[in-house]
Amino acid sequence: MSSGTTSGDSPARHARQPWLAAGCAATARLLGLYGLLLAGAALLLALIAPMLIAGALIGRVLTRQAAAVAVSASPGPKGGMISQQAVGPDVTGRVAVSVLLLLAGLLVTALLLPYLLLGIRNLAWLTRRVVADWSGVPVAGRELLPPGMYHPPARYWRRLGWLLSDPATARDLRWTTLNTLLGWIPLLMPVGLMALGLFGFLAPVAGFAVPPPAFPGNRWPVLILLGVSCIVTGLGSAPWWLRAYGQAGRVLLAPVGQAELTQRVQHLAQTRAEAIDTGAAEMRRIERDLHDGAQARLVAMGMTLDAAGQLIDDNPAAARALLLEARDASVRALTELRDLVRGIHPPVLADRGLADAVRALVLDCPLRARLAADLPGRLPAPVESAAYFAVSELLANVAKHAGASQTWVDIRHEDGMLRVGVTDNGCGGADPARGTGLRGIERRLAAFDGVMAVSSPPGGPTAVTMEIPCALSSLKISSY
Amino acid sequence: MRVVIAEDLFLLRDGLARMLEAHGLEVTGSVDNGADLLAAVSAARPDVAVVDVRLPPTFTDEGLRAALAARRAAPGLPVLVLSQYVEQLYARELLAEGNGGIGYLLKDRVMDSAQFVDAVRRVAAGGTAMDPEVISRLLVRSAGDGTLAALSRREREVLGVMAEGRSNAAIAQRLVITERAVAKHTASIFLKLGLQPSDDDNRRVLAVLAYLSAEQPGPAD
Repeated sequence: MSSGTTSGDSPARHARQPWLAAGCAATARLLGLYGLLLAGAALLLALIAPMLIAGALIGRVLTRQAAAVAVSASPGPKGGMISQQAVGPDVTGRVAVSVLLLLAGLLVTALLLPYLLLGIRNLAWLTRRVVADWSGVPVAGRELLPPGMYHPPARYWRRLGWLLSDPATARDLRWTTLNTLLGWIPLLMPVGLMALGLFGFLAPVAGFAVPPPAFPGNRWPVLILLGVSCIVTGLGSAPWWLRAYGQAGRVLLAPVGQAELTQRVQHLAQTRAEAIDTGAAEMRRIERDLHDGAQARLVAMGMTLDAAGQLIDDNPAAARALLLEARDASVRALTELRDLVRGIHPPVLADRGLADAVRALVLDCPLRARLAADLPGRLPAPVESAAYFAVSELLANVAKHAGASQTWVDIRHEDGMLRVGVTDNGCGGADPARGTGLRGIERRLAAFDGVMAVSSPPGGPTAVTMEIPCALSSLKISSY
Repeated sequence: MRVVIAEDLFLLRDGLARMLEAHGLEVTGSVDNGADLLAAVSAARPDVAVVDVRLPPTFTDEGLRAALAARRAAPGLPVLVLSQYVEQLYARELLAEGNGGIGYLLKDRVMDSAQFVDAVRRVAAGGTAMDPEVISRLLVRSAGDGTLAALSRREREVLGVMAEGRSNAAIAQRLVITERAVAKHTASIFLKLGLQPSDDDNRRVLAVLAYLSAEQPGPAD
């Protein structure tokens, strides 16, 4: 759906970390998410605070009025009639004050409303990014407000109206409320377990002033065992809780109806423009290559042959030399044409499809390379071509920059998705934000709704994974 | 010597036939698709088939598959495959059965008729003719993974020409050294790579090609 790059924290990398490091990192992140949760709670409170304050004040006023009525109703020393008359305007005044307070509260809320709603939306967006980065669960992108809606040029009512009518606002509000009410459970669960182990079981053993828990057989080996197992369970389950939180965020924060369509249209328009640009640039390159290469050589050959024709009677030896020269020129022209054809659409790709074409690439690769391919059919030609050139570029990158001794290519088609992985044991540090090559691959894949993920920590290894949704057609049956 | 040609472009097919006949070979059949090639091979029983990789109806690797099928139909039939481009992948498939009588050349090579006819004769005699471009790519890869680190520069040159399928005499001529020097180098190459030495030129070439195209086990495996 969305094209994006998740660098650094692929789930695969989590899996490679030792559990202790993974647990510590996940715990730290859960505590960090707790900050987001508190911020959401603060925003929600601010949203209802004026109403709460007004309500409290009204309550106070009404209580005092009731007390006053009670006082006046009891027979006083100066007689009932006079005080009865005095109560009338007093009650009216108090009701007026209550209504005024309520209105004032509503007004303050209304004035703050767009800012609070924007705050909630931004917070949801931040959560989405943090969740995607930390839990390894990708969450679809942010719905942008129309231009000019963020800052003063947008008039108050227009902005408020837009915010209230956008379904994404309701979605983000729902998320913030749910997150405030329930989000603390996954966030504090591992920490709570660890705290229980530390303070409930281990601290009494160490002789701190906490009384040992009262249950049969609470001798110190049992307590230590319980304490350590609590801490281990807490740390070990932290990545799981983080992922569960990420999944919940993914479901609850997914783009809604119209926004999803808008995003899709934007994505399509952008990738279409890029695909056309790329195509045009390719045509220009081919034109230039033909013009400077094969065409020029053919012209030169024609001239050489002409000169040979003029010399052939008077100086057969010189004519012969010229003819040989023309033959060499034709060989060079053929070589250039061959290279050009390989760059446009490699013949082996047309002949055999992606798996064998990549096998041919791997065979030509100066590094030790291994291919694992599982493609029981042919892919659509444009997808084949995009995937082929992506792998070709990645292998060239590995050979040029990675300082690797071995590289692995993995090609599979499953769940309606072509998955291609290129991994090396080199020095890492590949960054799509800096390399135009990786950026170019990402752009080309985006035209097919494909995505690329790069995991390349400094020191390596580098793993690039590409996914392109596409169908697999059955293999042509060979006639031999 | 009797030759069958399978090539879909009339000009090239005609040119090839003329060239081979000019060098004293007999063209017993020239066809323009894979199915006809199979028929011509079983009818004419040629000494060698010269086949273009790209043939109708699919214009993909039809010719290669037809050549392999022809070899299955007439075991030991020498086949010389021509192509506008060369792929190690196809070279391996042709060499896979390891019996010799296999050629795989760029179409460009027909421009040097003497060398080309020499290659046809070599293949017909059960030898091997691999295009220098296939060999150079094999050597680049082998140099990259350190397979050939033990060889001297001259030995690598000898190895390259030998892998094309040339005899000691031809290697000596190409590298401008004596035949005895070539023999010395090849002995040293076989010793260093741990291959079984052989007096038979073709066995020697096949051993070298198998060695170069083998997937070398890495330390990570």
